Amino acid sequence: MRIRLKFTKFGKVRFTSHRDVARMWERAVRRSGLPMAYSEGFNPRPRLSFGLALSTCHESQSEYLDIDIDPERADQIDMAEILSVLTQHLPDGLAAVGAEVITRKTPSLQQAVTSCTWQIDVIETDEETAAGAVARALAADELVVTRQRKGKEVTDDLRPQLIGIDILGPTEDGVRIVAELGTKPRSIRPSELLSVFEPPLRERRVTRLNQWITDDLGERREPIVCRSVASAAVGAT
Amino acid sequence: MESVWTRLESLLPHVQKPARYIGCEDGSQHPVHGSGKVSWLLTYPDTYEVGLPNQGLQILYEILNERPDAVAERSYAPWSDLEALMRSEGLPLFSVDNHLAATDFDLIAFNLSAELVYTNVLNCVDLAGIAVRSANRNDSDPLIAIGGHCTFNPEPLADFVDLVVLGDGEEVVGEITEVVAEWKRNGKGPGTREGVLRTLASVPGVYVPSLYEVSYDGPAIVEVSPKYSDVPERVEKRTIADLGDWPYPKSQLVPLTEVVHDRLNVEVFRGCTRGCRFCQAGMITRPVRERPAEQVKSMITNGLRRTGYDEVSLTSLSTADFSGIDQVIRDTVSEPGCDQVSVALPSLRVDAFTVGIAAQIQRARRTGLTFAPEAGSWRLRQVINKLISEDDLFEAVESAYSQGWRRVKLYFLTGLPTETDPDTLGIADLAQRCAEIGRAHNRSASVTVSVGGFVPKSNTPFQWFGQNTSAELGRKIGMLRDATRRNRAVQLKWHDPKATLIEGIASRGDRRIGAAIEYVWRHGGVFQEWSEHFNHDLWLEAMAACGLDIDWYVHRHRTEQEILPWDHLSAGLHKDFLWQDWRDALDQVGLEDCRWTPCYDCGACTGYGIEHVVASATPPAGGSQGTGVRQAPEPLIPATLQVRAAAAVPST
Ligand code: SF4
Repeated sequence: MRIRLKFTKFGKVRFTSHRDVARMWERAVRRSGLPMAYSEGFNPRPRLSFGLALSTCHESQSEYLDIDIDPERADQIDMAEILSVLTQHLPDGLAAVGAEVITRKTPSLQQAVTSCTWQIDVIETDEETAAGAVARALAADELVVTRQRKGKEVTDDLRPQLIGIDILGPTEDGVRIVAELGTKPRSIRPSELLSVFEPPLRERRVTRLNQWITDDLGERREPIVCRSVASAAVGAT
Repeated sequence: MESVWTRLESLLPHVQKPARYIGCEDGSQHPVHGSGKVSWLLTYPDTYEVGLPNQGLQILYEILNERPDAVAERSYAPWSDLEALMRSEGLPLFSVDNHLAATDFDLIAFNLSAELVYTNVLNCVDLAGIAVRSANRNDSDPLIAIGGHCTFNPEPLADFVDLVVLGDGEEVVGEITEVVAEWKRNGKGPGTREGVLRTLASVPGVYVPSLYEVSYDGPAIVEVSPKYSDVPERVEKRTIADLGDWPYPKSQLVPLTEVVHDRLNVEVFRGCTRGCRFCQAGMITRPVRERPAEQVKSMITNGLRRTGYDEVSLTSLSTADFSGIDQVIRDTVSEPGCDQVSVALPSLRVDAFTVGIAAQIQRARRTGLTFAPEAGSWRLRQVINKLISEDDLFEAVESAYSQGWRRVKLYFLTGLPTETDPDTLGIADLAQRCAEIGRAHNRSASVTVSVGGFVPKSNTPFQWFGQNTSAELGRKIGMLRDATRRNRAVQLKWHDPKATLIEGIASRGDRRIGAAIEYVWRHGGVFQEWSEHFNHDLWLEAMAACGLDIDWYVHRHRTEQEILPWDHLSAGLHKDFLWQDWRDALDQVGLEDCRWTPCYDCGACTGYGIEHVVASATPPAGGSQGTGVRQAPEPLIPATLQVRAAAAVPST
């Protein structure tokens, strides 16, 4: 049996890394007493598989992971309680907000997710400048970024991966932007998008709002359908 | 009193590992400060990863926060990247719990476990916005305190700290709190700082360096005398009589990010009377105080349940000596819910019995076992009183390889008193013979030899010994490299002799060394225990600039008559006991463990009216038990391998 969980990451805990979050989950699952399945070998570990990594310092209202349940004890799972039990054992700032039983045939999160929606607060700019930069980016034929890969410079065109972008309005010290960025063949980071703008914009705070799976027919849905999503305030500390 | 969090938050995206600075650990507290409460900032002067697991700091954090009249928060030295941003933004040293500025506290107390962190202490005080020299502080500035093993010679830091705590902190922090509470109630007015320090000096275990005058004749100390008649001539360490009264930490901190020793730690006893003459920790923490076995078990089970850790380490200076250790371990691994738990013993005694215990518990990751014979020949092991016979070692190693371990790690010291080249080369010989034993069981068996240069420490029988020069240590290491080079099963590692030299300066230095420490700090020398920051040449430059002679401080043998810089501070050990033990060392006479033989009246119990707390009056089974003589009958624990169904048994 496999369960897909949705969780949020807000506040001080955003300064922990993807690896740190994996370890927090491992301990929380162990403390919660959930009947997990363990890997075989000398050093058995609970089998948890995470989706796309979230950069250190970014917040999120839609992170996912899949956990394997020991099939012999699967009847001990109470799906009505699971979210509150897990949240209770997670540190402040991490909360489980959705759960769904999936099958072993369900494609993994890493394979399935095709794009993410990001809320990006930028500073040292105003709405007009940001709007100009966004319009120029949308009108461009290509948006080239250069990055280092195995000591060599590689260039990518971000334009096909910029699925949508919008200016939401001013914030206390800048402008709030929402953008949907593709993850195939590789995930585009919000900072890369900001670097291709003319002029480049500086991020203050970034939140992942959604992860999306787009199927062959172009239908877009989230990795699980949440019955009740806790209303986590975006940007709250 | 205002949180600095929002200012810090905007800096964190620009530094490495920002999770070091957020607190939020499971077990962390957010105490409410108030005028009726004495506030302590417990500070570890190294990175968060190194400092967080420190048990001493965590114990005091809980004890102080349980008191109605105290609050305690924690701080760690910010890494250089954040420090630079803090200095340019004017952000002071802060606590990780409520993110308060260090100057919002009444005391800043540092835990010192190594000499090379001394410059970090100065840096933290400066980052807090407080004068580094105690003489230049204002009345209302926080009191700067130090505790931990290094405080048995605190003299190099004498000019920078206001008070020093000797020995166990559990009780004395409460007494200090009461004195400071009174001072706080009276408003910490102008001219009252020296008064409160004088009152603190009358608390047993508290040493206030500024209340003592040191007079010199040339380089030699003539006298260390209190400035006032109410200040004690000699400060005695504090010792808690019964560890069972102090089941701390009750809520060990579980960090959100990776740290060293990231597991549950349960201290099973404090003190050690094996009597290894080089070992300061063993000498200054006497006598042995075992935690009751029942309490050990409940601390393990509650701790594992609470934290979600899958590994517990049973800590002490020699855990295999704990009475009934095999039963405690058997009970732990058979506890329901603990079936996935692995138990670590940080310090293995060198005998097959101990390996039998390790075999029961190290079910996972059977990669390496560590032993510490410390010296390469029986002759030299008698000098240092580490009475492990070759048979003990070979039986331990045989037992390890035959039960599936592939690598054995051996710890040695070099530069020990009376050491000759054949003694040093004995290290290579032992390693190669251990590797041969290994190869009989496993073709890929290997031995890792780790060699450290010996630094004589205060309050040990070797406090009179002149440390080897770094050139001499380098020569010995070179000799060992030549001797092991062709044996691919033996891998040699060594500690940088240059770092050993600098440790030697601070280890037995007097107050005058403070000038060199300040020089190094003012010239950017922080995080000196990190090889990428260590600056040997800067230390030499500092010593020269301050007119201090390294040879005199480090390499010179001391005489019986000499007044040592720490003679007015007592770890309970009589100086004549230590001197006799030093003479015995030179005569290669060993001394048995006083836990199981009559008392030698070293002073640690007799002087304080306390005694050993051990559950069993007979030595644990196996090996020669530090006597060098085989103990009969040989009760070898049958090596039962308890391997889970899912795990494969290692092929031997
Ligand atoms: S006083 Fe006696 S029993 Fe106590 S530690 Fe010293 S030698 Fe051992």
